[in-house]
Amino acid sequence: MTKEQMNGSEIVLKALVDHGVTEVFGYPGGAVLPIYDAIFKQNRLRHILVRQEGGAVHAAEGYARSTGKVGVVLVTSGPGATNAVTGLTDALMDSIPIICLTGQVPTHLIGNDAFQEADTTGITRPCTKHNYLVRSVDDLARVMHEAFLVAESGRPGPVVIDLPKDVLMAMGDYLPKNKVALKSYKPQLKAPTKTIKDAVAMIKAAKRPIIYAGGGVINSGPKASQLLTQFVKATGAPCTLTLMGLGAFPATDKQYIGMVGMHGTYEANMAMHDCDLMIAVGARFDDRITGRLDAFSPGSKKIHIDIDPSSINKNVAVDLGIVGDVAHVLEDLMKVWKASQAKIEAKALKAWWGQVNKWREKDSLKYVQTGQVIKPQHALCRLQEMTDKLKREVYITTEVGQHQMWAAQYLAFEKPNHWMTSGGLGTMGYGLPAALGVQIAHPKALVIGVAGEASFMMNMQELSTIAQYRLPVKILILNNFYMGMVRQWQELMHGSRYSESYMESLPDFVKLAESFGMKGLRASKLSEMDGMLEEMISHDGPVIADLNVDPKENVFPMIPSGAAHNEMLLGPDDKASESNSQTGMVLV
Amino acid sequence: MTSETTQTNQHTIAVLVDNEPGVLARVIGLFSGRGYNIESLTVAETRRGRHLSRITIVTSGTPMVIEQIKAQLSRLIPIHEVSDLTMEGPYVERELALVKVKGAGEKRVESLRIADIFRARAVDSTNETFVFEIVGTSNKIDAFVDLMKPLGLIDISRTGVVAISRGTESLEGDD
Ligand SMILES: Cc1ncc(C[n+]2csc(CCOP(=O)(O)OP(=O)(O)O)c2C)c(N)n1
Ligand SMILES: [Mg+2]
Repeated sequence: MTKEQMNGSEIVLKALVDHGVTEVFGYPGGAVLPIYDAIFKQNRLRHILVRQEGGAVHAAEGYARSTGKVGVVLVTSGPGATNAVTGLTDALMDSIPIICLTGQVPTHLIGNDAFQEADTTGITRPCTKHNYLVRSVDDLARVMHEAFLVAESGRPGPVVIDLPKDVLMAMGDYLPKNKVALKSYKPQLKAPTKTIKDAVAMIKAAKRPIIYAGGGVINSGPKASQLLTQFVKATGAPCTLTLMGLGAFPATDKQYIGMVGMHGTYEANMAMHDCDLMIAVGARFDDRITGRLDAFSPGSKKIHIDIDPSSINKNVAVDLGIVGDVAHVLEDLMKVWKASQAKIEAKALKAWWGQVNKWREKDSLKYVQTGQVIKPQHALCRLQEMTDKLKREVYITTEVGQHQMWAAQYLAFEKPNHWMTSGGLGTMGYGLPAALGVQIAHPKALVIGVAGEASFMMNMQELSTIAQYRLPVKILILNNFYMGMVRQWQELMHGSRYSESYMESLPDFVKLAESFGMKGLRASKLSEMDGMLEEMISHDGPVIADLNVDPKENVFPMIPSGAAHNEMLLGPDDKASESNSQTGMVLV
Repeated sequence: MTSETTQTNQHTIAVLVDNEPGVLARVIGLFSGRGYNIESLTVAETRRGRHLSRITIVTSGTPMVIEQIKAQLSRLIPIHEVSDLTMEGPYVERELALVKVKGAGEKRVESLRIADIFRARAVDSTNETFVFEIVGTSNKIDAFVDLMKPLGLIDISRTGVVAISRGTESLEGDD
């Protein structure tokens, strides 16, 4: 049989198609012109032209997070690649599978400071799961296939493939995708039976158990969320989720006690602190979750299920580490649990729930909406009530700041893959392009980007992309005229000296929308809010809704940095203890 | 925390990697990016044509940090094996140094005498200088260097530690 000969660009596209890719987010330039030429000559891949390469990566992240598929990015050499760095770092921190194809100067010019040359593999080494510089067309197909394997298996992450222009133009053979395996990379999916049995024994013996689940459950696939739900039901334990885990367990379930961490609920953080057994499922004990480490859940035994061995015992020493894919591990765990007819002692569990419910009674998410000044929390509660009534799928993305925390606290996610936010890196400018990417993947769905006015401006050039592809994205700006989260920290930790956090010279968002041919809406009084939200939801094209909210509102509850879970501030009248604010000052 | 969990210990770690461009940068970047110590690092291809290199790293940290270092190394895609020789049983560890000493008269003679005791060889000599080659543990080389200081030591080049387990264990496996 003769092998298929084609040029490098065609090899790249064929590999993408062979891996089920249908959309690529990109921006052209000199070094990738051969790929753009190949794109022009085919119709299996759709190219989405963004307005800045950073937007392409976030769009691909939204696409990936909402579908479970790999998000693909195509950018040129030099500035194209460097613009992608923030998105790559974001994807690394949140374990999002991304393939980023970067153009590179021809191999004979590498190292000569050629026009638009950057050491892309050098720059992206610490912000990718892996990267490649393809020096010969003979390696190209293999590298493409390997890259998909690396990006989507194990703990997912971004992979950069740097493609010199001469390699893209050279003729070479196409190697089929089933011919590729990586000797040195074999993520462990199933955990040893012994660790599963040990876990069951520990759970059976627990009196105050808690299940703490994170983004790893979402990454493991929808089945993992189903299994998590079965597991929570079978044990009867309370379940809390991280910011990245929202949707992994139904928010309206009685056993759900809200989000954990810095702005988590009182009951979730208190239960984490006082439990006697913590079962961490695809969560990584990030500092936003643990608060002060030496006071983190001092009396508990800990089980940690994670596909990444380096996550285990990184921040918190655990009693039992289980390395494996969440779905595989939970499936095995459920089998052993059922076979041994295991149960947590009913009396103990009842007493524990009694305690948890007492904490719940504090109603730590309460807020007061009086008068005409709109409370952002209230806006989100109303949005939830309105979208509850719809038969459509609803996807939410956020930017970074107070609005992000309020969205996490007040919106309810019943299913995985419907909540897209920048957790690990906290990247302002993520939400707008991410919403665009989600809408590309789900053309019929209602996609709402909850934004802050400051974050919105970080990637607002992507409005043009939204307009070009007629994407009916709704951008809901909770406009508090401040970098609200910065303002909050300045108020709480820097004597209310609001240094450079006021948003001067904002555009007229309604006119801005109109200039892109979109609908622009505004509400600044409570009496206008419901009507505006309804109009935003029902409009069948893109909308920017400028909702002017109380500029002084802060996010509560809050574990100030440097404090422990049981030292939460529940509202504006609580003050952080002096010693904690001193040590907390240096933390972010 | 107990002193056992906070105490810092030195570990010798052997790592088998694909011999490809950038692999050393990945390892070094991992150590600098995460703030781990490197006390010494050596690397070379082991058998020509197999495209495998062996890196020997001497590092130090608390048990939790050492566990992290190994887990983080294992996560790098081109890394095949990570072996903590210090933990995994008896091993042999050697370093080679070239030590240049400049002197005359009694000092010159004394340096030769000490070299003899340490089984160091003179691999170059001029009227004023010797270059000694010494092989041994890092401690032995440190001791030799200390003794040479007052005798006119002017230059040292050390390889860093290479190490291998005793007995039948193998990192590479046979071909
Ligand atoms: C790229 C980037 N720069 C700076 C920050 C620091 N930061 C975190 S939240 C925030 C303010 C966000 O303001 P806005 O988007 O209006 O949201 P709000 O907090 O007001 O809801 C800033 C500056 C960041 N997270 N990302
Ligand atoms: Mg704001």
